[in-house]
Amino acid sequence: MLSNPMAVQRPINTYPVWKYILVLMVFLLGILYALPNLYGEDPSLQISPQRDAQLTSDIENTIVSVLDDSKIAYKALERDDKAIIVRFDDTDSQLSAHFAVDRAVRDAYGNDSFTVAMNLAPAAPDWLRNLGADPMKLGLDLRGGIYFLMEVDMNTAIDKRENTFVSEFKDELREQKLRYIRPITRDPKGGIEVRFRDEEDRDEAYDFLRGRYQELTFETDDGSDSYDFRAYFNQAQLKSVRDEAVRQNITTLRNRVNQLGVAEPVIQRQGAERIVVQLPGVQDSAQAKKILSATASLEFRMVNQERDVRDAVRGRVPRNSEILNDRDGQPVLLYKDVIVTGDHIVNANSGMDENGLPQVNIVLDGKGGDKMSNSSRRNIKKLMATIFIEYKTDYIEKDGRLIAQPPRKEETVINQATIQTTLGNRFRITGIDSPREAQELAILLRAGALTAPIQIVEERTIGPSLGKENIALGMLSIQIGMVAVLAFMLVYYRIFGLVANVALVTNLVLIVAVMSLIPGATLTLPGMAGIVLTVGMAVDANVLIFERIREELRAGTPAHQAIHNGYDKALSTIADANITTLVAAIILFAVGTGPIKGFAVTLSIGILTSMFTAIMGSRAIVNLIYGGKKVKKLLI
Amino acid sequence: MLNILGPLNVDFLKIRKFMVGVSVILIVISVYSLTTKFLNLGLDFTGGTLLEVGYSQDADLAEIRTHLAEDGFEGAVVQYFGSSREVTVRLQPIENMKNEEIGNRVMDSLRDLAPDVEKRRLEFVGPSVGEELTEQGGLAMLVALICIMVYVAIRFEWKFAVGSVSALAHDVTITLGIFSLLGLEFDLTVLAALLAVIGYSLNDTIVIFDRIRENFLRMRKGSPYDVINRSLNQTISRTIITSFTTIVVLVALFLKGGELIHGFATALLIGVLIGTYSSLYVASPIALALGVCKEDLMPPEIEKEGADQEPLV
Repeated sequence: MLSNPMAVQRPINTYPVWKYILVLMVFLLGILYALPNLYGEDPSLQISPQRDAQLTSDIENTIVSVLDDSKIAYKALERDDKAIIVRFDDTDSQLSAHFAVDRAVRDAYGNDSFTVAMNLAPAAPDWLRNLGADPMKLGLDLRGGIYFLMEVDMNTAIDKRENTFVSEFKDELREQKLRYIRPITRDPKGGIEVRFRDEEDRDEAYDFLRGRYQELTFETDDGSDSYDFRAYFNQAQLKSVRDEAVRQNITTLRNRVNQLGVAEPVIQRQGAERIVVQLPGVQDSAQAKKILSATASLEFRMVNQERDVRDAVRGRVPRNSEILNDRDGQPVLLYKDVIVTGDHIVNANSGMDENGLPQVNIVLDGKGGDKMSNSSRRNIKKLMATIFIEYKTDYIEKDGRLIAQPPRKEETVINQATIQTTLGNRFRITGIDSPREAQELAILLRAGALTAPIQIVEERTIGPSLGKENIALGMLSIQIGMVAVLAFMLVYYRIFGLVANVALVTNLVLIVAVMSLIPGATLTLPGMAGIVLTVGMAVDANVLIFERIREELRAGTPAHQAIHNGYDKALSTIADANITTLVAAIILFAVGTGPIKGFAVTLSIGILTSMFTAIMGSRAIVNLIYGGKKVKKLLI
Repeated sequence: MLNILGPLNVDFLKIRKFMVGVSVILIVISVYSLTTKFLNLGLDFTGGTLLEVGYSQDADLAEIRTHLAEDGFEGAVVQYFGSSREVTVRLQPIENMKNEEIGNRVMDSLRDLAPDVEKRRLEFVGPSVGEELTEQGGLAMLVALICIMVYVAIRFEWKFAVGSVSALAHDVTITLGIFSLLGLEFDLTVLAALLAVIGYSLNDTIVIFDRIRENFLRMRKGSPYDVINRSLNQTISRTIITSFTTIVVLVALFLKGGELIHGFATALLIGVLIGTYSSLYVASPIALALGVCKEDLMPPEIEKEGADQEPLV
């Protein structure tokens, strides 16, 4: 038999030094990263920039002076690239500071430059935060807040698109002088049907339209007395329409959530046509719904160039016109007549023109195209403006609380461009300063059009008091369960029970540390239940080992050999048992949503950490106690 | 040495036929109840609106009901939740009303009655979401059972796999049956608890199977009956201690965890008790009945050299 010359013959029940160090290191790291959870959180204000606004020392000074003027005491003010955070001692000063700072920032920098949101900032000392040690993120059920699940109404979106194609086909065929049998109809099973008298007409129209509409699938589909073709979205094209609609809605929602002043909103896609919106700390679900589902809209209107804007600002506004501001706050004199509204926009994309300059391509539906071409024909070389209309909410302070006012209509001129030629249903806006601005304009155009309406299909709102109660109840059950199990183990297994208890407490510390470290992990109420359950089940590994040791002792095995055999033989059992539980936990994670996922996460983490602490951790302690010593009798 | 159970030599399997009878009766009752009464499905699965509110003093349910009915919410189910100051209002989808607005409208109505009422929780689940959750829940169960069966079949042997999965199906069916019989509410957290029960019960079964395998390889003579009996005797104290500690923490959750976690703790308590029983009297007897024997368990690899050396951990 060949033996490994590197293998050191080690006395029974001792570990090489590196293993002790490893266990100790994991334990210390666990404590370090679990530590921030003990410090709690400060009520704070978070001031973050929107669009192109920059966080400068200027805004910092504004905030400091308004706080000083209002005599609101604050704990600290921190500024980094992303936000300014002001910490307070209590929620009362946070609340009054929110009102004061919000107004001051709006006055100084305009409505859309910064959002001022109330938040909870981790109160751990700097050296811990510099190590990246943050407390666990709490789920909405523990923190309070609103969860919305929204569904994009694809049927309406497809419906709208197909109607548009019907009128576009009509226009295109007329322009090309291609004959077809009127009317162009929509197929009840999806798609648009165009019929022709003879095969030649059909093929000509078929080839022409197929070349122009890459987003549709064309297929000939002859009737009994006519030559037809059908144009429809195939699965892949349907998917791209759906993806586009969801993406567009997410952009729109993000813009609107910013208005709500939420510090850490979550807006993400779930599945094919759903969007999850999480608003921690928000209580007024009626208000949130109003803002999220408010339809932004869009208008194209002509700029009144007959009169001087400055005159108008001084009060001489012609009856057929009004003054609106552009995004830099400059006044623009506009005719009240609307050429086309956003409802007629089918699509808007940013891109480059022939010279590599940024542009935005706009597609209108048939009706919109007609109106646009009529109006633009009469107004060549004149300025046309794009107006974005939103509903915003202001807050006023009443009895120390912030009360939301009914939404206010806000109209902004987002673009002015000179009409170069008669515009049809497809036109473009050029002369845009940067690709980024083009992109933003396209997003706003699409937001104003809102091709696919969204609907709330699930809502969960948890009040702040219930959240606090849930935390307290969860902590109490963990404590009670923990104490009971610790006491039992100590009485039943004595010295070894003590070892198991150290392992159990370490396990709890490690679960908290891992939960704090994983960026996506949030602690929920079922998650806390998962921790409680882990406490009960984590001792299992030690029970298995200890029962084995007892068995060995009963069979007359000497003490050291009994410890060795106990750990050795229980190992594969523990591994098998835990892996199967882990399988169940992973499946739970895969199919569960929200709080259930939280449970699966803590359960899985608990299984993994408990295997480490119960096997390696407890062995290290047992080895330290008994290793290399003469042992006659084990206290087990 | 403090022992709840010393070294035992009980003929556990002697009464297995009787126990199988008990299990069959329990399953028949459960299935009967599930088919006739089904489950008291919670909002998560049925869809609808739930509003939990808090009052500063004891709430008068009759008054709340009448007031809500006057405001057009005739079908509202109004109940105390945990204490007489906390009240839940449940509503099924109402026609001619935007369903996501029902919760806020009910809240407005309750505020008319008592201005100091506090909104604690609002849940709205659209009907389509509820349907999907039901589907996903059932699917999760099935996938979990299949994955576990495959794992056990690879690690042990198909007879053990059939035994353990039968035990799991037994546990899930009876736990569901008890929920159905008692009319306890079945929501998402209960579903999570059921999956945890699967994990737990399996844990128990695997520990016993592991010992059975070991004993088959070690005990030269002895019928499968003797080997299994011996293994049950050797693992019984561990089975009881682990179940005990788990039940202790579950009782803590059940009593102190609050209303939201009550169904979860109930399902786990029932499940852990039944799971412990089933690993003794369902999983092993089935493996025995399927004719598990020594040859089935001969390890694929040859005995390792130096097995007496220190293990890795």
